[in-house]
Amino acid sequence: MIMRITLGSVVKGRSSLDYKTGGWRDQRPVIHEDLCKACGQCEMVCPDNAVHVVDKTYVIDYDYCKGCGLCAYECPTDAIEMVPEEK
Amino acid sequence: MSTIKVVEGSEAVALAVKACRPQVISAYPISPQTHIVEHLAKMIADGELETEYVRVESEFSAASVISGSSAAASRSYTASSSQGLLLMTEVLYASAGLRLPFVITGVNRSLSAPISIQVDHQDAISLRDSGVIQFFVESSQEAYDTHIAAFKVAEDRRILLPVMVCMDGWILTHSYERVSFMEQEEVDSFLPAFRPVNYLDVKDPKTWGSYAEDDVLMEFKYAIQEAMQHGKVRIKEVFSELAGITGRDHGGLIEAYRTEGAEVILVAMGSMVGTVKDAVDELRSKGKRVGLVKIRCYRPFPYEDILDAIKGAKVAAVMEANFSMGSEGAVGMDLKAKLCGRTDSPLVIDFIAGLGGREVNKGTIGEIVQKAEEVLNSGVPLQESQWVGLNPTILA
Repeated sequence: MIMRITLGSVVKGRSSLDYKTGGWRDQRPVIHEDLCKACGQCEMVCPDNAVHVVDKTYVIDYDYCKGCGLCAYECPTDAIEMVPEEK
Repeated sequence: MSTIKVVEGSEAVALAVKACRPQVISAYPISPQTHIVEHLAKMIADGELETEYVRVESEFSAASVISGSSAAASRSYTASSSQGLLLMTEVLYASAGLRLPFVITGVNRSLSAPISIQVDHQDAISLRDSGVIQFFVESSQEAYDTHIAAFKVAEDRRILLPVMVCMDGWILTHSYERVSFMEQEEVDSFLPAFRPVNYLDVKDPKTWGSYAEDDVLMEFKYAIQEAMQHGKVRIKEVFSELAGITGRDHGGLIEAYRTEGAEVILVAMGSMVGTVKDAVDELRSKGKRVGLVKIRCYRPFPYEDILDAIKGAKVAAVMEANFSMGSEGAVGMDLKAKLCGRTDSPLVIDFIAGLGGREVNKGTIGEIVQKAEEVLNSGVPLQESQWVGLNPTILA
């Protein structure tokens, strides 16, 4: 299908959830659950709201995590490790 | 039925804007534009005009406010001059790209440095590439009529671009002239309410100012050029429709004045045109074959109409109150570009006249015609712009 340009480049509003920005990441945060005290610092500082609580443990949503490393930097127990993304 | 009053040029513009029922006006003072927004402010204070009047902190904001309000489906207006118009530049390019049809009065004034408040066209000319339609007017009456036409042109669904009505500072804005005004009902039936294609709507959210890559950006820019090209047809229709109501026909994209049988045709725009008409009459009465083409619409550039008017002449002498540093005057450049390679066109000579308010009188015009005749007789074209009335004794 041919997508035609729109008047003034105005397009139907969509949600930023449609754009999976996790593809920009070059390092991924990995949580070591044995060290995690579930303090919630990582969830609080994540600029992309990509850290969630699921079944009382913290998980990272890699669809939106851009790998900025703030969570790892702020984690008081060094439970988050930044691992290079590899193909 | 119309009312005739003697008013200041700025008031004539304010009355035209009022008659167009703008929903948002942004205002920031700068000479010689300030009287226009002051007149509008007084109309609001006196209860004669109901509109959202936004006093902003810069011309960048003045343009941004009407960009936003136009996107919110409100007929919008502002006015500025000189440095103020330059400060709007970024927003004007963006507004043309977003296809927002507001109207701006560009009250012409020179640019710094050195700072001056006197008239020339450098400010408006510097915005010629932005995608804003630009009209130039000769009189306060033409300013009044052209503002009413401007909203209709801007809001045409095949155009949808900002329109700038350029009028010479002081000479038009601050002098008093006999102006004939339309009845409100006449304006209302000529200019229906603004119904945009796109508008900001919380019930139907859209993305404005989206990003475009190399695969589509060219097409968006081409779409603006297509709108400009359509404008050449539509502007004439709108002007002619308005002339039908008012009985005042200022011409189409250009006005050809005594061009029949002319050997030398002067090309000019703005208030100096009035003087040129008088000079042409005098020269004609002395047997000189001189005519005038007045450019009313500078962007889109109506080269077809100009060519049609000048093709029988031997020299087109472009008089312009602007200069593209390192090259020549913008109008001369435009015209030469379109004439290049044609065998039926006259020689074009570019004359720079009236920078910083320097008087352009019948003597000046006489000099220009004389120079054009010299070129004609010698057969040697002049490549460089001729700076008319330049005083070599004060050059350092």
